[in-house]
Amino acid sequence: MAATATLPRAATVPDRRKTFDWSQLRTYVSAAVILVWCLVPAYWMIVTAFRDTAFTFDSTFWPTHVTWDNFATVFDESLGNHFGRNLLNSLIVAGATTIVALVVGVFAAYALARLNFRFKFAVMGFILGASMFPGVALVTPLFQLFTNIGWMGSYQAMIIPDISFTLPLTVYTLTSFFREMPWELEESARIDGCTQGQAFRKIILPLAAPATFTTAILAFIGAWNEFLIASQLSSDATRPVTVAIAYFAGAQPHQEPYTAVMAAGTIVTIPLVILVLVFQRKIVAGLTAGAVK
Amino acid sequence: MSTKLPERTTAGAPAQTHHMPGRESADRKQVTQGRWASVLLVPTLVLLAVVIIYPVVNAIIMSFQKDAGLNPATGFFEQGGPAGFENYMHWLFQQCNGQSCPPGTLGSQFWNAMGTTFFFTVVTVALETVLGFWMAIIMTRSFRGRSAVRAAVLVPWAIPTAVTAKLWFFIFAFDGIANKLFGTQILWTGSEWPAKWAVVISDVWKTTPFMALLILAGLQLIPDEVYEAAKVDGASAWQRFTQITLPLVKPALMVAILFRTLDALRMFDLPYIMTQGANNTTTLSILVVDQIREGFNSAAALSTITFIVIFLVAFIFVRFLGANAVGAATSSGRK
Amino acid sequence: MNTRKYLLPAAVAGVLALSLSACGGGGGGSTASSGGDAAANLDGRGPITYVQGKDNSNVVRPLVDKWNAAHPDQKVTFKEQSDAADQQHDDLVQHFQGKDANYDVVDVDVIWTAEFAAKGWLQPLKDKTAFDTSAMLPATVKTATYGGTLYAAPQTSDGGLLYYRKDLVPTPPKTWDEMMSMCSIAKQNNMGCYAGQFQKYEGLTVNASEAINSWGGKIVDDSGKAAVNSAEAKAGLGKLVEAFKNGNIPQEAITYKEEDSRTAFQDGKLLFLRNWPYVYNIAGKTDGSSKVADKFGIAPLPGKSGPGASSLGGHNLAMSVYSKNKATALDFMKFMTSEETEKFYATQGSLAPVLGSLYTDPSLTSKLAYLPVLKTSIENAVPRPVTPFYPAVTKAVEDNAYAALKGEKTVDQAVADMQSAIEAAK
Repeated sequence: MAATATLPRAATVPDRRKTFDWSQLRTYVSAAVILVWCLVPAYWMIVTAFRDTAFTFDSTFWPTHVTWDNFATVFDESLGNHFGRNLLNSLIVAGATTIVALVVGVFAAYALARLNFRFKFAVMGFILGASMFPGVALVTPLFQLFTNIGWMGSYQAMIIPDISFTLPLTVYTLTSFFREMPWELEESARIDGCTQGQAFRKIILPLAAPATFTTAILAFIGAWNEFLIASQLSSDATRPVTVAIAYFAGAQPHQEPYTAVMAAGTIVTIPLVILVLVFQRKIVAGLTAGAVK
Repeated sequence: MSTKLPERTTAGAPAQTHHMPGRESADRKQVTQGRWASVLLVPTLVLLAVVIIYPVVNAIIMSFQKDAGLNPATGFFEQGGPAGFENYMHWLFQQCNGQSCPPGTLGSQFWNAMGTTFFFTVVTVALETVLGFWMAIIMTRSFRGRSAVRAAVLVPWAIPTAVTAKLWFFIFAFDGIANKLFGTQILWTGSEWPAKWAVVISDVWKTTPFMALLILAGLQLIPDEVYEAAKVDGASAWQRFTQITLPLVKPALMVAILFRTLDALRMFDLPYIMTQGANNTTTLSILVVDQIREGFNSAAALSTITFIVIFLVAFIFVRFLGANAVGAATSSGRK
Repeated sequence: MNTRKYLLPAAVAGVLALSLSACGGGGGGSTASSGGDAAANLDGRGPITYVQGKDNSNVVRPLVDKWNAAHPDQKVTFKEQSDAADQQHDDLVQHFQGKDANYDVVDVDVIWTAEFAAKGWLQPLKDKTAFDTSAMLPATVKTATYGGTLYAAPQTSDGGLLYYRKDLVPTPPKTWDEMMSMCSIAKQNNMGCYAGQFQKYEGLTVNASEAINSWGGKIVDDSGKAAVNSAEAKAGLGKLVEAFKNGNIPQEAITYKEEDSRTAFQDGKLLFLRNWPYVYNIAGKTDGSSKVADKFGIAPLPGKSGPGASSLGGHNLAMSVYSKNKATALDFMKFMTSEETEKFYATQGSLAPVLGSLYTDPSLTSKLAYLPVLKTSIENAVPRPVTPFYPAVTKAVEDNAYAALKGEKTVDQAVADMQSAIEAAK
């Protein structure tokens, strides 16, 4: 492996371009491989989503037999698909989970990033340990508990266990963001005559907003993509998209409706991908926060 | 339980107050800050206790109860009563009613599921580390379109696992594109090893980006001067990689590997949707879910075992392999 | 604001849960038999709820409307569940465990009836709530009977059919061996010979049980005890294994579910197919989607020396033991299984009736041409194991049959393992 590679900025030194640069060519080839590997399966999903069911297994690389039918199937209630409902459910569950995690977690993150106190390590360890907790260890007792109290299949039956992984994620990410923030500005603002409230509103809030927003996106994606808990604890009325896609009904009984599933997958994925691409830098910062510093 | 994790690691990272000048005022400050901190932390800790500790304690209590059994005289189910360690023996020693669990029972699948879970974990994490490292190195280089590549790797990461599973299930269908592309006639989900590899490939596709980004972040912290100096000293590319890149990126790498390992140990969505656990792709998580409908209490014992296994692996990582996630998260400023 | 809104339920959950585990013995296991009182509310009349899975072909709604028009003071509300069987099952379990008085009449898959009965959730259909099943096909009544007591009313049925290519095989085979001898025709035409559903899922239990039952074997005996370890069962399962080994069943059939096998047949890749009646109309479509539209026929499944023993599909109607209006519930069950209703089910929803007389009714056979053949199939059918441990039993059959089909263990071993795995369910 060519380790000249690991010279991020040095490679741009202009005079290296004078002769033909083999290492640069290797870089481009590798980059192309990465692009193909990451994008082609997703591309295939979209192509299939627009393909006529009768040509499900057509292997032409570009779109053929283009149709919107599969998207109609996805929302066709007479087939037993309630995808609009499922989308709304996912929004409710992921949205509520994110809000709870954020509202509660922001205080903890502030304390962990800004204050000195005993047991800081223990607290952080507990929160991190919580994020690694296996979902099945929650599902079994909650299955029984929610059945007993009649919460089975309700929104809170999913939101509560979802908090177990979104809240630690939120605290962990926000803590790292908060540590990076120039808190000195707060003090200087107060020296300049701002009240504490003003300093908070005018200095801290604008600074913390992007970090909080990024964290919210990460938490939202985590809850939106959740499958195990929802597959066990949701009901017809509250089923989110991930579970709906796994049990999709086609036009015929017993049928594996590949094209419709790909259409549903496309609908679920496109907004996320746009969100992620727009906020790419922030999200990468959020994902890697804490892990490397 | 998880709180034990950090205590082991504190030794290596001295508390910050010790570096501060003026111990006394710092100590007083710490007391007021401590009070503040507890107020701010209480909501999070209480909420986590409700959503995690309560269910876990409940599961442990359940795991010592017998599942309802059929009374042969009446033909009706009756409450089981205390079970002692019976449910644990059932899984760990494959005991079904005093005999060894025969093939075709969930009990007989425990060690298989354990093996499958660890197979998936070791293979996917190893592949993801190597590929992720490679991707990260490419992404540190300077070339036109680098930001496009960095954006592209986020696409598999953003797609929900359930959708990923369906997508690869379609790719690996008998008439699917994988077989056509390679001119093979493999029944990917029809026998053990193809099914396992299908799951591995999907998982690698989905999660290598995450690994690559974590490693990339670590690589970017290595100052260029270090490489320049090594070059001047005549270090070869390979030497620079093994003696500079690897050691310097190791903390970030270990945390990334720890995260991925713990995630892989609870793998559920991909095999559950792609194969329903057939052909020896049943992971521990799938086995628990299958058991829930055959008896809660036995399932509770199994989920407790799963949780202990994951805890032990995390412990080993932190204690012996130096994956210091907590340290990374609590120390302030860049090293 | 928002925190409070969501914290409150969370806190309530915590408190409730703690108190529950304190008195519930740690919340152990499923509800015991003591749950409902089968002697209560026998004369109760009033509004009830009927619970069933997704009403895909819109047959339930018109029937409920019809009932409601005639019984304004005993109105039925239709609660529609999802399409997926597992989810319907879980929904019923949850409501029964919650002793829900609003799930009065429920539609249960034939394979769940014994489980629900053993849990004490179903009203036994005797004495005041007695139900007359004399006109119904005996095999369907068996699926609704547990421990000698009738717990549900058969409503719809389903049986396996043999689809064959009549352009290549003029007269369908009557026995399995005859069918296997016809496989040379498949070879000449460069196609697979026979397939059913052999993926490791419920469909494999159906197919394996059919083989075992056709040779006179049994999965469980009448008292629900494991009885599969017999020479007959080995012979039956052995036939499937042999066909896999010599290629009469193509290799890829190990991944087939209903639709994969139907598609293969429809694409002209199979000479014989075992499948449900739903295939009949789809494979007969003349819009070009089926390559065999006018080239196939149907016959009863081939067996050892005559028609084989099909597994039974279908649904039963059961009354919740927690219902407050059992008299109304019983009347509604009679209404939903009446001859008129059964006809409507057949014509409107293509659901096979449980009344034997309807299979030769000209008004039905003109629309559902497969009915006479299906009757033979259902008359010779054996219900899937009637046992409260159905999930464990079907797993025992699936896992071991699958291993045998793939040549991972001998037929003798597979059948012996099935036996002990079923015995291990407690």
